[in-house]
Amino acid sequence: MVKQKVAIVATGQTKHRSRRRDVNISEMIYEAVKMALDEAQLTPKDIDAVVIGNMDHFEGINFSEMWTGIESAPGYLKPVVKVATGGTTGTSLAAYGYYAVASGMYDKVLVVGWEKINEGGATTGIVTAFDARWERPALAGALGPLALMASMYMWEFGVTPEQAAKVTVKNRRNAANNPFAHLQQPNMTVEEVMNSPVISWPLRLHDCCPQSEGACAIVYAGEGVARKISDNLAWVKGVDTGHYYTYGGDDVMHKYPAAKIASTRLYKKVGIRNPLKDLDVAEVYEPSSWAELMWTEALGFCEYGQGGKLLDEGVTEMGGELPVNPSGGVIATNPIGATALIRVAEAAIQVRGLGGKRQVPDVELALAHGFGGSVWADLMILGKEP
Amino acid sequence: MDKEVAIVGVAQTKYEEEKADLPYSELVFEVVKKLHDELGITKDDVGSIITSSNDFNDGRTIASMAIQDALGAVGKSESRVSGDGAFAYVYGVMRILEGTYDTVMVVSHCKCSESNIYLVNNSIFEPYYQRWLGLDQVSSAGLMANMYSHKYGITQEQAAKVAVKNRKNALNNPYAHLQKAVTVDEVLNSKMMAYPLKELDLPPLSDGAVAMLLTNKEKAKKYTDTPVWFKGHGNCTDAYYLGHRNMTDLIGLELAAREAYKMAGIKNPMKEIDVAEIYEAFTYHELMNYEALGLCKKGEGGKLIDSGQTEMNGTLPVNPSGGVLSSNPSMANGLVRVAEIALQLMGKAEKRQVKDAKIGLATGMNGICSQGNCVIILEA
Repeated sequence: MVKQKVAIVATGQTKHRSRRRDVNISEMIYEAVKMALDEAQLTPKDIDAVVIGNMDHFEGINFSEMWTGIESAPGYLKPVVKVATGGTTGTSLAAYGYYAVASGMYDKVLVVGWEKINEGGATTGIVTAFDARWERPALAGALGPLALMASMYMWEFGVTPEQAAKVTVKNRRNAANNPFAHLQQPNMTVEEVMNSPVISWPLRLHDCCPQSEGACAIVYAGEGVARKISDNLAWVKGVDTGHYYTYGGDDVMHKYPAAKIASTRLYKKVGIRNPLKDLDVAEVYEPSSWAELMWTEALGFCEYGQGGKLLDEGVTEMGGELPVNPSGGVIATNPIGATALIRVAEAAIQVRGLGGKRQVPDVELALAHGFGGSVWADLMILGKEP
Repeated sequence: MDKEVAIVGVAQTKYEEEKADLPYSELVFEVVKKLHDELGITKDDVGSIITSSNDFNDGRTIASMAIQDALGAVGKSESRVSGDGAFAYVYGVMRILEGTYDTVMVVSHCKCSESNIYLVNNSIFEPYYQRWLGLDQVSSAGLMANMYSHKYGITQEQAAKVAVKNRKNALNNPYAHLQKAVTVDEVLNSKMMAYPLKELDLPPLSDGAVAMLLTNKEKAKKYTDTPVWFKGHGNCTDAYYLGHRNMTDLIGLELAAREAYKMAGIKNPMKEIDVAEIYEAFTYHELMNYEALGLCKKGEGGKLIDSGQTEMNGTLPVNPSGGVLSSNPSMANGLVRVAEIALQLMGKAEKRQVKDAKIGLATGMNGICSQGNCVIILEA
């Protein structure tokens, strides 16, 4: 067992939408798995291990990997492991897959994230993540904390709802270039976002991500094997995770310290001095329009409080210096257990130049980011060179 | 494989029926603090953290979220394997081998007292067709035990001897939940749960947590004179639907063991392994484990327990801790097995110590009837 460099050799996604009535859970996942295996021209028996994840409570299935890892993915008589960390599930799966190959334990690992949310309920599930005595009555679910965060952010830095609305406009427009995206709305306007109903102030309907059903799969391979599979690879340059205090009252949510800590550490490791200049594209997990502005600050693309300005100047637009979410991001597509893995898959697609209408030219380095848990951050940087 | 990843310290709580006074965070804090104190470290000495837990058992989505502050995870990279703790240990090993971290803390917790275990286990079954049959861990174990004993002529007395052995061993383990010896007659006459399984063929339900610190080769010396090394590992998943499975032989476990032995260079497990801690979900299951792990031939699990070779003073003592039949903090079971083997190989197992133990085996399990299997070989 020898340590090795790791590359993403293939990706697969379902078309994501509100409901997939035409397939059951395992059939839906199989679509993404098949696409990834076909792209890599691998058969099920070529895969050494399967890492698969979703959120147990959303569909109400315990040990779902014991079913889906066997029936939807080639896990029979192989290692199957489940990783689940909330919103970050997809990037945590991606990190596990990376470590499994980088450690030398396996050569070819299939990573799968999925969610079929109409089988259960996301909010019912998310509420139970919070402390039953202290937080559940006041600050539970996804929308409450996201609204509070946006409100704190607006109060401290004077970022406006119009600036947030522009994120939705940008990302839903980008989504129209992505055949897998759920909400493809190229003609969305700031007024339309601003006039949509308030969900939890200051979040309006179009400030929020949808709930989607879908799955995403990626195949990792170790250095030697990867070059045999493809000559167009996305190499893992580094991964990191940041956690911060669990209780909302201990955190400084709108400054997203977990992302600040993890990105600072990771940029140093990868040798990135100026992320805005050195990175070519970023796929960030923005559960709300406001979140993308905050995240661009915490990830060091600009100073704290400058996220609105960065957007106004068009830096994060498709033609800008650092396009953020060419795929349309989470505001367009959100199958929770797959959402963060889609960030990694889309970053790999950009590095490999396979983005079609959503391709950013000449991508050397791409950042994928996952958000979840109690404002945690998972990061992965992919590059054209090992 | 070479000596590259070491366990340098372990900590456990006492396993109990209901730790009503401890929320998840305090339960975990107890073992984290104990581990820190034993090794003389603070949270700053921990590079990365891997946990294992289960949302259904805890009744909490992202069950690992509740314990972050107790882990000392602020600013750190923590991740969670959803399921049995043995798989978390392996993830910790991977993180050390990858090279970014020279120390990784692995923690697993479970409070069976917080949930309705029938519903938790019934929810493992596929929701469209199977769940409505009402199967759970106990009834499916009954099916397995029945088919196994029918095929190989295993008697209820032979199975009962596993409970007798493990419950006797638990008397030597201060952390064990059930510390009361039982006799074969008591097992045979206990309440029928799912034929042929009686109440004493099955484990209790426990609350508890376990933690350990892994380090790389260079750091190991700093913390201990008795590091316990990762030597081999196998992981193999059997079919999901019970109808697709050969319920009389643990094929997944057999293949996992084969892989682990290959990696560890073990040819004759019965001779080369000095002590084993296996995840025996019910008495018959330990006999099936003997066979799948290659400690005896197929169908001879009953004979092996009769021979006394897996007793404390036998050739290969199995479950000196008392096993899962004595303490069952469900999701933590696999990591408890690894921790107990680590204590054995460190020579710190006190009254349950197996003499001169150099090579040990631990197993972990996910899902129904040994579907997901993890076999770990450790070396002193």
